[in-house]
Amino acid sequence: MKKKRYFGRGAMFLLCAFFAVAFLLPTVLTITNSFMSEAEINSNYGMIFSTTTGGYVSKTVNLKFIPDKVTLSQYITGLIKSPEYLLKFWNSILLVVPIVIGQVAFASVAAYSFTRWRGRIRSGIFFFYVILMLMPYQVTLVPNYLVSDWLGILNTRWSIILPGMFAPFSVFLLTKFMRRIPYSLIEAAKVDGAGEWDIFTRICLPQCRSALYSITILVFIDYWNMVEQPLILLPDAESQPLSVFLSSINSGEIGLAFAMATVYMIPSLLLFLHGEEYLVEGIANSGSVKG
Amino acid sequence: MKTFDLKKKKRAEEPMDETARLRRRAVAAEKRRDFAKSLCFLSPSLLGVGVFFIVPFGVVVYYSLIDGVGSRNFVFLKNFIALFHNSAFLMAAKNTLSFSVLAVPLAVVLAVVLALMLECRIPLKSQFRTFFLSPMMVPVASVVLIWQVLFNYNGTVNELILALGGGRIDWLQSDYCQWVVILLFLWKNLGYNMILFMAGLANIPRELLEVADVEGASETYKFFAIKLRYLSPTVLFVTILSLINSFKVFREVYLLTGDYPFEKLYMLQHFMNNTFKSLDYQKLSAAAVVMALVMVVLIALLFKAEDWFGKDVEG
Repeated sequence: MKKKRYFGRGAMFLLCAFFAVAFLLPTVLTITNSFMSEAEINSNYGMIFSTTTGGYVSKTVNLKFIPDKVTLSQYITGLIKSPEYLLKFWNSILLVVPIVIGQVAFASVAAYSFTRWRGRIRSGIFFFYVILMLMPYQVTLVPNYLVSDWLGILNTRWSIILPGMFAPFSVFLLTKFMRRIPYSLIEAAKVDGAGEWDIFTRICLPQCRSALYSITILVFIDYWNMVEQPLILLPDAESQPLSVFLSSINSGEIGLAFAMATVYMIPSLLLFLHGEEYLVEGIANSGSVKG
Repeated sequence: MKTFDLKKKKRAEEPMDETARLRRRAVAAEKRRDFAKSLCFLSPSLLGVGVFFIVPFGVVVYYSLIDGVGSRNFVFLKNFIALFHNSAFLMAAKNTLSFSVLAVPLAVVLAVVLALMLECRIPLKSQFRTFFLSPMMVPVASVVLIWQVLFNYNGTVNELILALGGGRIDWLQSDYCQWVVILLFLWKNLGYNMILFMAGLANIPRELLEVADVEGASETYKFFAIKLRYLSPTVLFVTILSLINSFKVFREVYLLTGDYPFEKLYMLQHFMNNTFKSLDYQKLSAAAVVMALVMVVLIALLFKAEDWFGKDVEG
């Protein structure tokens, strides 16, 4: 009996290991390949991206883990020699950072309202937020486009930032976190004569610091990865974020694309490594649409 | 204000002493103040949602019912009928649906499997969780290069098939392309779903499983009779969530294959993008309204299901 258990666990471990390799492989390959020189990339993947830059092009594809010679030349080209990529990276930051800050700020105030006072009208509004949260881009982009057109901000950053700030996802999640704060805490503050704003800033916000962090991570990932909104609301190639621009790097610069892809991963991977626990807690809490 | 007082009088017909009346009035005033306060806190968000989502969506509904932004004749369902005769829309809807039908069950089942695997007391458990979750944090744009290397006509997967004695498959330019995108979809979403299931598993009362152990129940029995019952709300939630995510798969397709993918990968968002280019407001609005209706039905099902299963396992 016991032996069988051990065997089962061993098999389970191997299965997990197999999945883990499959999950990690694409990321790891992208990173290692970014350290290859242009020549090595061409000789490995020449067939696929059919470059005409000369040099030896292999007949077969050669997926490689470890570069023959580790070089930072792609990074130097991408980050120093041609400012184009840095500019796109900067565009991404200019879009995502205001959205994250705005969304978390507006959401925390709204979530406080949903937590502190309940009534039929307010739970109706909350229900509406949940529905809006679950709507795909196919639905929300048309209204966004119309408003941007009316306000004359089409094809500027604001056409993405402003709707992003009011996206209901963080309101929903933060409300769920805030409702766990013991009510006695708020009551006690009220007895001591604290105003609502004091209760909000001095009790509520410090209590859900970890929730704020996990929401920041989730919102950041979502928008760092955005493709749909810039394609429609920001067709101007100059101001598009790197997430869209990466796919348009032409085939001659595939080594560069690997390097920039790696650079683009860094902020979200850092956030992940630093805040994984918070992220997991945030996801686990999104597990039910009921308040 | 006045109507309020009238109501009060009617209710207060039986004799009531002054303090009780005052107290009731104070409570009502407090309620009104609370409502005002709550609105104060809610208003910034509500204003934004109103301006950027609700009001324009109202206009979208209106646009879907008229024949043109210029002439503004009311045509009722004509735009919708035209939409359902539009071959591009039908193809996009069919492709999106067929993608969802394949990808969603896989996303649910495999996530349950991953969560159950991590439930077993295996070494390096938390590392595995990190690994499974990591794709979520990698922007799709960053890994499509690897997908292209793997699934190109001359790519690694085909090399492997050749080495095993099979024939090459043109992954991105044939009906197989769907599976390439499904793989990318699963890679990206399984971690998130797995965390949801792990949270669900953690909520199963330990005593129940211990009793089952004492009674000598097999692992299979424990899974179907206990775990799955308690997981059922999570299963439903993850199903709907994956369904919604599968509508968003345009992103992966676009980054992998550009504006004009193989026909099988022409998704609803491609249709929207192309319609945006020609700025056909009627078509756009009608499509958005149809999508919204489909989503509302799905969400209603989700709520119903959550109610139904939630009651079953409560307590």
